[in-house]
Amino acid sequence: MSLLEWSIAILVMAGALFVLLGSFALIKLPDFYTRLHGPTKATTLGLGSLVLASMLFFNFVQQQLSLQQFLIALFLFISAPVTAYMLIKVALHQKLVPMLNTRHQDLMKQRDNLAKGNDLPTVEKLADSD
Amino acid sequence: MRLLNTLLPTPARSLLLFVVWLLLNNSIAPIHLLVAALLALVIPQLTVSFRDPQPPIRRWGLAVRYIARVLIDIVLANLQVIQLVLGPNKNLRPGFVLVPLSMTEALPLTILAGTVSLTPGTVSAEILPYQLDATSSAPKYLLLHVLDLQNEAELVASIKQRYEQPLKEIFQC
Repeated sequence: MSLLEWSIAILVMAGALFVLLGSFALIKLPDFYTRLHGPTKATTLGLGSLVLASMLFFNFVQQQLSLQQFLIALFLFISAPVTAYMLIKVALHQKLVPMLNTRHQDLMKQRDNLAKGNDLPTVEKLADSD
Repeated sequence: MRLLNTLLPTPARSLLLFVVWLLLNNSIAPIHLLVAALLALVIPQLTVSFRDPQPPIRRWGLAVRYIARVLIDIVLANLQVIQLVLGPNKNLRPGFVLVPLSMTEALPLTILAGTVSLTPGTVSAEILPYQLDATSSAPKYLLLHVLDLQNEAELVASIKQRYEQPLKEIFQC
């Protein structure tokens, strides 16, 4: 096997592994907020590796110009954070309870205040000291 | 020049549409070039009135460096998250963090929130307060959820220095 084929094989395997672990994180982690971390990160990198492998294969092994994979990567990198953002926003709006040892849970209450446009004394201090 | 402005109100978007259409078809046959040009002319015309003005990118070199840095950070983020996922749940120390921001423009804020979601251990939750008035310059905060919160002050400082500072320079805002 040539170096090219080896790198394609490694990229495909790494990609599959990352996607698998990202999905595993969904069932393994304890609450909604922590579960969001798996799909936003691992799945992005996993699909990124698969897309890269696909580009290498079609451009260099099959010898045909194929750049569509750029689009997959572009849409993925734009849509993954936006989806996560919408999901966690809904969770905060619904006041979904985070796991017990989550720190700074008071920020969830402060968020309601900030969302209404009221500034907070503690937060102002933070901003000033910066 | 004015004619060009009316025909192509947003040149960058037109170029993007043109390239995306050709990539979707994976071909530069004349028919695809024609349709791509048509889309690049018509779609910006239809959507230009929905758009809020955004600050332009002032420093392209820095923007390219920023993208490279984010790509590297995505790889590091994955290794870190995987390590945490494979470990026992009781080792997790999740938490919320509020980051005070010094930017107010919508586009750089969006990019910052997206970057933070893709990079180590953090997911953007909300940008506060809500921007009801596009011209308002009230101070903004970014609420984050962190998977493994160790040193809060360090995290806030690194986000501000690593991502916010370059974005402010790129957009000069």
